[in-house]
Amino acid sequence: MDHKTHRLAHRIEGRPAAPGIACAQLVRLLAAKSEARESRSKAGEQQALADAIEASRRDLAELADKVADDDAEAILAFQIALLEDENLVAPAVAMIADGEAAYLAWCAAIDPEIATYEQADDPYFRARATDLRDLRDRVLRRLSGEADQVVPGGVIVAAEDMPPSAFLATDWRDGGLVLRRGSPSSHVAILARSRGVPMIVGVDIDRLESGVDAVLDGDAGALIVDPDPVLRAEYDRRIAELAEARQAASSFSGPALTASGERVKVMINVTGLAELRDVDPSKVDGIGLMRTEFLFQAREKLPSENEQHQIYRRMAEWAAGKPVTIRTLDAGGDKPIAGLTQPGDLNPFLGVRGVRLSLKRPDVFRVQLRALARAAVVGNLKVMIPMVTVPEELERCRALFRDIVDELRGEGWEAAMPPLGMMVEVPAAAIAVEDFNADFYSIGSNDLIQYVMAASRDEPELADLARPSRAVFHLIAHVVEHANSCNREASLCGDLAGEPAQVAALLDQGLRVFSVAPGALAPVRAAIARYSGKA
Amino acid sequence: MNKIRASVLMRHEVGLHARPSVKLTKLAKAFESKIDLGLSPDGPWIDAKSIVKVMATKAPKDSTIYFRAEGKDAKAALDALVTLVNEDFPDGP
Repeated sequence: MDHKTHRLAHRIEGRPAAPGIACAQLVRLLAAKSEARESRSKAGEQQALADAIEASRRDLAELADKVADDDAEAILAFQIALLEDENLVAPAVAMIADGEAAYLAWCAAIDPEIATYEQADDPYFRARATDLRDLRDRVLRRLSGEADQVVPGGVIVAAEDMPPSAFLATDWRDGGLVLRRGSPSSHVAILARSRGVPMIVGVDIDRLESGVDAVLDGDAGALIVDPDPVLRAEYDRRIAELAEARQAASSFSGPALTASGERVKVMINVTGLAELRDVDPSKVDGIGLMRTEFLFQAREKLPSENEQHQIYRRMAEWAAGKPVTIRTLDAGGDKPIAGLTQPGDLNPFLGVRGVRLSLKRPDVFRVQLRALARAAVVGNLKVMIPMVTVPEELERCRALFRDIVDELRGEGWEAAMPPLGMMVEVPAAAIAVEDFNADFYSIGSNDLIQYVMAASRDEPELADLARPSRAVFHLIAHVVEHANSCNREASLCGDLAGEPAQVAALLDQGLRVFSVAPGALAPVRAAIARYSGKA
Repeated sequence: MNKIRASVLMRHEVGLHARPSVKLTKLAKAFESKIDLGLSPDGPWIDAKSIVKVMATKAPKDSTIYFRAEGKDAKAALDALVTLVNEDFPDGP
């Protein structure tokens, strides 16, 4: 008998967050603190800290040479100056002399500074806490012997978690992402889906080693380490099939129709202009959701009116007359913005977020509304307000918008009042939708589900509960019925709309306008085409 | 050696934020003298070469910034710092 030893492929289960398959080398990013050791002598710890600070300073200086924009340069210069400041480093050195480990001493020195910034009244100073935290972690990574967290392109990355900024800075071609934390509705997952990067979450990454071959199955939610040649060949074939399907998908044309010939609109969700490069505007029914949060994140200053105006305008131009639905800033909840949202909100999803925050910060809100009113003269722009809970909120936004249009015209700008709609994501708004005089309704199923089910979408253990139930579908039907009765549009722009398996159920509720991630266009259109009416 | 003093009104739009603070501490470090910064003529005084301390003053727009310096290039140092603040933290060469 042949006892040839086979290396056994090792399969690790997780949860699917973005579909697709990647076969590539695995690279594990280490969490900043996990590998810090305490085994060095005092002198060794001192040297380790000094080396880590010097290495971090060099990294930052190198980065500063490469960046082109002023804001990034200012942040880097600030971080470099901090590392060169004895007032920051000296307390750490003293603690190490007293026997503390370098990484604990460094945290003890910088954490009080971070806390001071977090507690500042001035939003600008509060935002600097992010820069200090980033600096703390950079030095910690160096201390743990880990090179800077620059992610190589074209690999499967395994990490604890990943901020959207790091995701956006990475070349994901043929690669994928494996996270321990995060959820299918985290921001990184949204980005991964819209860019076609396979991703899974909830994975035990402890025993993963860099350098091994792996297959990431974003559909099944699994990572296979060291796949045997048979399995590997099977996945290679699936990758080829997917590529073919993508090719076929990009060749669809004409309006989306059900099997019985009924017209269904399919629009796309986007976060910025970059995603529009690969989408042919003639193949979609417009932009059903443009999330503006990403314009506001990871920067020193909030975006100016002109900067926002340019982006909104270019989207309207891209759409060439088709609707472009721009959601006003939906900060708070799982989308904190340095200097704007309140840190340490006890229950952020039930806190000051969406329109609640906008109405409390008219200084920021007005800038966005001015940019939108100016862009509205160019194309078919629509504006929708997130997290509306009572009719007064919508009316206050409308009044403010009208004032702003008058104000702009008074200043000699061309400005228009676009249709003003609302997100229906709070149960109070869905149940009493007839009380809201919105020009259109867009159902935000991610939040609606978690509010109706009282189950956080970021809690992996409640994944089975944070699903669309009959109660959720009932509310969706109610909103669609109301919109139809007053001849207004109701669409659904949450992740639910992009799940082919849910398309028939949504059509059953009367929904005829879907807005999905660009990557879901083809499968959703295919599911619509299979639908032949209520079962 | 005597301390010499100077003061200047800061008009920078956003106050003593990261960018101006970086410029100020960098310039202060170019001199040998010990240089202190305060927001009133009687202090409290902080080290003008420390970004941590300078940022912690959170000096808003229209604050008067007081300097005192001690050392052989003290005069040149204060002249340079006052010019920097007076000219609204221009970009250096």
